[in-house]
Amino acid sequence: MAPEGGLVVVEDVHKVYKTGDVEVHALGGVSLRVDPGEFVAIMGSSGSGKSTLMNILGCLDRPTSGRYLLAGREVSRMDRDELASIRNEVLGFVFQSFNLLARTSALENVELPLVYRGISSKVRAKRAAQALERVGLGQRLEHTPAQLSGGQQQRVAIARALVGDPKVILADEPTGNLDSKTSIEVMALFQELGEQDITVILVTHEPDIADFASRVVIVKDGLIQKDVRQAPKDARAALRALAPITTEAHP
Amino acid sequence: MNPLVTLRIAFRAVLRNKMRSFLTTLGIIIGVAAVIAMMAIGAGAKAQVEAAFSAMGTNLLIVLPGSTTAGGSFGGFGTMPTLTWDDLAAIRNEVPTVKGAAPSMRSNQSLVSGELNWTTGVTGTTPEYFEIRSWPVGQGAAFTQSDVDTGSKVVVLGQTVVDRLFGATANPVGQTVRVGNTPFVVVGVAARKGQSATGQDYDDAAFIPVTTFAQRIQGGLGKFLTGQIFVQATSSGTTGRALEEVRALLRDRHRLAPGVDDDFSIRNLSEIAGAQQQGTETMTTLLASVAAVSLLVGGIGIMNIMLVSVTERTREIGIRMAIGAKPRSILAQFLIEALVLSLAGGLIGVALGVSVATWLAGRFKWPMQIQVDVITVSVGFSALVGVVFGLYPARKASRLDPIDALRYE
Repeated sequence: MAPEGGLVVVEDVHKVYKTGDVEVHALGGVSLRVDPGEFVAIMGSSGSGKSTLMNILGCLDRPTSGRYLLAGREVSRMDRDELASIRNEVLGFVFQSFNLLARTSALENVELPLVYRGISSKVRAKRAAQALERVGLGQRLEHTPAQLSGGQQQRVAIARALVGDPKVILADEPTGNLDSKTSIEVMALFQELGEQDITVILVTHEPDIADFASRVVIVKDGLIQKDVRQAPKDARAALRALAPITTEAHP
Repeated sequence: MNPLVTLRIAFRAVLRNKMRSFLTTLGIIIGVAAVIAMMAIGAGAKAQVEAAFSAMGTNLLIVLPGSTTAGGSFGGFGTMPTLTWDDLAAIRNEVPTVKGAAPSMRSNQSLVSGELNWTTGVTGTTPEYFEIRSWPVGQGAAFTQSDVDTGSKVVVLGQTVVDRLFGATANPVGQTVRVGNTPFVVVGVAARKGQSATGQDYDDAAFIPVTTFAQRIQGGLGKFLTGQIFVQATSSGTTGRALEEVRALLRDRHRLAPGVDDDFSIRNLSEIAGAQQQGTETMTTLLASVAAVSLLVGGIGIMNIMLVSVTERTREIGIRMAIGAKPRSILAQFLIEALVLSLAGGLIGVALGVSVATWLAGRFKWPMQIQVDVITVSVGFSALVGVVFGLYPARKASRLDPIDALRYE
């Protein structure tokens, strides 16, 4: 499926915003390729262009110029409907503020991507339950977000991102609202996904979090300043070190 | 996306804010209820007018003799005899659009049975009269043409007269009543007809053969028919033509030169009925239009709340879009939500309208008719209101930029 170039291929992407007469160059020629199973952390200060890059990678926005190939499909020329479809089929989103639907059960939240794919309710419920089990919430299917802790909510969100069998998970500051232990738990989940050949692209400004990624990309002034591969820190080992007795068992 | 799922999402959104949803639909509820109640009462009034006129007889024309001029003042139609018995025969035989014609001569007489007496209008007529006025004879039978030919002393009584002279349960057929000093045998009792549109009691009447009337009451059968002629046209469609033909025939028979006024007058009862019906209809339409305006106002209320709802749920819209909802799925979601609101309002309005109409009808003894087509149209109209006024907020929702929507606080 993925061409020789990789799963995510960005070539010389520019993004220019026009506010009145002023043109803001948010991205000034970014090139990036990511292979299946990679765990990439994108870092940068606010205003660096990392959010813009994330929006383009997430098919929420289109580049002003340049090419973006996602799983072999040219995204930069797609219309809104096609963008919606590719988001639904290829991508999974995890947000800083979880972004679950309030007063809606975990199961139904996780089912949502499949609803827009037109999958029958029986299959939806089954796959959503499986996804929730995968993140360790198999016992809390009927809980609403208000009845769950922050870490549990974020895991529901990860289950929602996973339920449609995506190739890429995009996580925008997923640990921003979590304590450090829960943050590491989330990182452990992401590392597991990499083992299943699911690519994770993570935006963060915390170096501690970026340590768990296998590759760190630093964005500054709309350009990629640094792109280094590294030996990732083992999140499960970090968890054990943190709290040897209360570690949650992951299969 | 599955329409059933969309419907479920819409229902949940509506039920999430029960009070707000109810208040939003209140405009539609009141509008639909008002339209239905107004139309039900209007239709009832119309039916009442119709019934009153059909009680007088169907496809009926009344020919009245001419007017007198005494000392320069007109006495009005009916005051001078101009219609002859030959005119009656000619109307019966020479006009193809006429089904039948009957004379009607009337006089107030005192009827006596035993020790009881009752003064009523005695009408001299022919057997056709009962058919023309669609007035069947209940007990016994009408007098016959041979009774008319021989001038028999037989009488058909109205129910009110029977009540007064014999009691409500008695069967007077075969008994004798005196009209003035002449004894008449009761041959039949006319079926109860009730009140006319003007409140006159139809059943307070007695009918005798026209020849007997002329001899016994009027005192001699002259050339002129001193009363009216009831004419029945062959169908409601031919009533107008029958009127023109009878008029032409009478002008011809009375040798009236062109330009000379008629010396008789013909009244078309269906025309009068039509005019009265039109009046009721105009009133109903007016009231219903006022009610329809409130439907429109209700629609604006729905639009308002939907706009608020779209703003409130901007974040939700962003989430849905990010995980793959197409703009048209969002459009459908909000459109169906507006539709659910307006349709629910419409249905509650129907229930309310029907109960209000029923209650008013019972409380004030108004006639009313619930019309299925009015219900269908007003429910359909409220759905239309939902779609029309829901479209703008739904489009607004579907055109949101997912990035902005996700960032919305």
